[in-house]
Amino acid sequence: MAARAAAWAGRSLTRLEVGLQVIDLIGFGAKGWGGVLLLAALMTVLVTLAAMAVGAVLGALVAAAKLHPNALLRVLGEGYTTVFRGIPELLVIYLFFYGGSALVSSVGGLFGAEGFISMPAFLVGALAVGVVSGAYQAEVYRGAFQAVSRSELEAAKAIGMPLMLRFRRIIAPQILRFALPGIGGVWQISLKDSALISVTGLVELMRASRVAAASTGQFVLFFMTGCALYLVLTGISNLVLSRAELRVGRTFRRS
Amino acid sequence: MSVDIAFIGDTLVQLLHALPITLLLFAASVAVGTLLALLVVWLRVCDVAALRHLARGYIFLFRGSPLLIQMFLLYYGLSQFPEVRQSPFWPVLREPLSCAVIALALCTAGYMAEIFRGGLLAVPPQQIEAGRAAGMSGWLLARRIIIPIALRSCLPAYSTEIILMMKATSLASLVTVYEVSGVAQRIIAETYRTLEVFLCAALIYLVLNFLIVRALAWLERRLSPRHPVLACPTTKKYALSVPRG
Amino acid sequence: MNNKNTRFAACSLMMLLASFSLYTHAKEWDSLQIATEGVYEPWNRTLPDGSFDGFEPEMAKVLCERMKTRCTIVAQDWDGLIPGLKAGKFDVVMDALAISAERRKVIDFSRPYTKAPATFIALQSSGIDLGSGTLHLRGTPELDTPAVDDLRKRLKGKLIGIVSGTVYSKFIREQFGQVATIREYKTPPEPLMDLKNGRVDVVFEDLGFLSGELQRGADSALVLVGPAINGPIWGEGEAFGIRPGEPELKAKLDAAIDSLIADGTISELSRKWFKHDFTPPSK
Repeated sequence: MAARAAAWAGRSLTRLEVGLQVIDLIGFGAKGWGGVLLLAALMTVLVTLAAMAVGAVLGALVAAAKLHPNALLRVLGEGYTTVFRGIPELLVIYLFFYGGSALVSSVGGLFGAEGFISMPAFLVGALAVGVVSGAYQAEVYRGAFQAVSRSELEAAKAIGMPLMLRFRRIIAPQILRFALPGIGGVWQISLKDSALISVTGLVELMRASRVAAASTGQFVLFFMTGCALYLVLTGISNLVLSRAELRVGRTFRRS
Repeated sequence: MSVDIAFIGDTLVQLLHALPITLLLFAASVAVGTLLALLVVWLRVCDVAALRHLARGYIFLFRGSPLLIQMFLLYYGLSQFPEVRQSPFWPVLREPLSCAVIALALCTAGYMAEIFRGGLLAVPPQQIEAGRAAGMSGWLLARRIIIPIALRSCLPAYSTEIILMMKATSLASLVTVYEVSGVAQRIIAETYRTLEVFLCAALIYLVLNFLIVRALAWLERRLSPRHPVLACPTTKKYALSVPRG
Repeated sequence: MNNKNTRFAACSLMMLLASFSLYTHAKEWDSLQIATEGVYEPWNRTLPDGSFDGFEPEMAKVLCERMKTRCTIVAQDWDGLIPGLKAGKFDVVMDALAISAERRKVIDFSRPYTKAPATFIALQSSGIDLGSGTLHLRGTPELDTPAVDDLRKRLKGKLIGIVSGTVYSKFIREQFGQVATIREYKTPPEPLMDLKNGRVDVVFEDLGFLSGELQRGADSALVLVGPAINGPIWGEGEAFGIRPGEPELKAKLDAAIDSLIADGTISELSRKWFKHDFTPPSK
């Protein structure tokens, strides 16, 4: 009886010790990787924001091209979305990473820049993920534009609203409302694609987890911590986007 | 920029040798993932609250984290435990190919479960009421009314997910599976000829993508009703809608 | 929509322009960006606060003092070291980079600072025996193939883990690709992980990395097997990678490395981190 109690106490102590070691490793002490991981999570959010910005610009342009009466523009837009939704993101990131810096340097050379123009890893990653998210965002904007009620637009034209006013008062708010769920989805996708940017050397969450895991040999611990941090990021994004959707849909009757 | 046809030809041949692995990864993960998703969505809508929460947790976990980290956790993380190495699952987890298929399937099951649930939600309550009024219940109701409408509703989103799976197979190259992206990366590391190799790899993926899109479009046409459906139109595409747990 | 997009466009354009940093390389080289992997212990490793440690960062510190240069060390995955160097992201690659003919086609090297042999490592419990001693290989297939015949017989049907894109992976693929299954990994810790899991039977890497692993290994389940392979097959040794057409940098690095070898610093550091002396033989 006493022996069993002693054995149980021994096992609990070992578990406690292991637990303390774990807290040591992911904490903020001298041996703790917690600070690095949190900073890396912040970097993930920043690079995804930058990518979404790039994608918003590209997506709007491509959506406009796809809705244009000109057939050539439509084909180009279609080509863009087909290519960048059809190629694996990993390949796009490799392409920008291996090929992009050299391209920019040579372009910079044309403008008389001395030496090499260094493309920071942040920019490479943001561009790569941005270009891919642009293809998805183009589809979202296109669908949102097509969902704007034609009758409202006709009525606005009938009472003599000029184009810019029509755009500002009718088209833009409605596109925002219809596109928001889709853009929320693209944000989630881009957040996870940012994990692939680790190949460019940018210290974002995936790379930080890998380096910590390799340095300490604790693969499960650090991958699970990284996974948990990604879940936190996704969870927070969900909350923010749900709130935004409610706010934007505020003035519209629930159909 | 000089175009080296011989090199491109040689690269294409090497990449095409890896194509069967890509296709195997794709087909296996879609098949296993769909079956698993059916199980998860069944748990998600069943009467037991605990099972519903379990399914919600599964979906949140696998939709909220990147596939890459899931793959690493499964491949390197699980194998750290001696219990796993002695379990009957080890022969499957030991092989990089089957391990990658499991990781892909688990991930896609999360997304597909949400898609199937969206399809179920799109079934108009009036049709279910009509079915019940006609005396149908349980399995008959499901088979004749719910499932056909649900399937048709979720087919666009399911097609999108299948195409995303095709692209996701490229991540298997990071756990030593020699599929197209992995071979492409290796050729680049040895010859430093980025652009040519990626053009070849991109071409292969685009052709595959085209074929899959065509096949799915044919399936959609086959399954859509001859007369217009009375279901309420949705402006959301389920695969891209904000997850609401 | 246009307003939002114009703003986005302006912001991203400004970000783009602002983030281009022009490294006008002064010929005096008073500051240097060195790239390393950070996961190749004990050559280089990353500490929890993000700084670097190991044989190469320590050597670099002493080197930069001798060269009177300010050095910053950044991390980069193995695949991206040479492309990043060529693109100008950093000036020097320091990651046990062996001088090889293929690499000479795209980049330049300083003089070697170490010359490490390579060997196999396996689980003690597997009972694999690949022979012993040292093997001197020239790097020419006609002479080397018969020399590794014995190894080839012993490796028949085994699973070999290597890191892709290294001089070792090329050797293993060429000599043993026909008789054994080769698994290529992206980063050095991964094949060791799979060795411990039992997914591969042996791993082939340089002795510095493997002896570091043995020193750290608490369970000592791993053991070096097989002959230590060295010779011209791995080139003149491990050196700094630099861009072609920078003779001043090469001269500066070479002079500093010479002084480090002459006063025994390399020897001392090598013994500290690798427990072996990898000083390259004098030419």
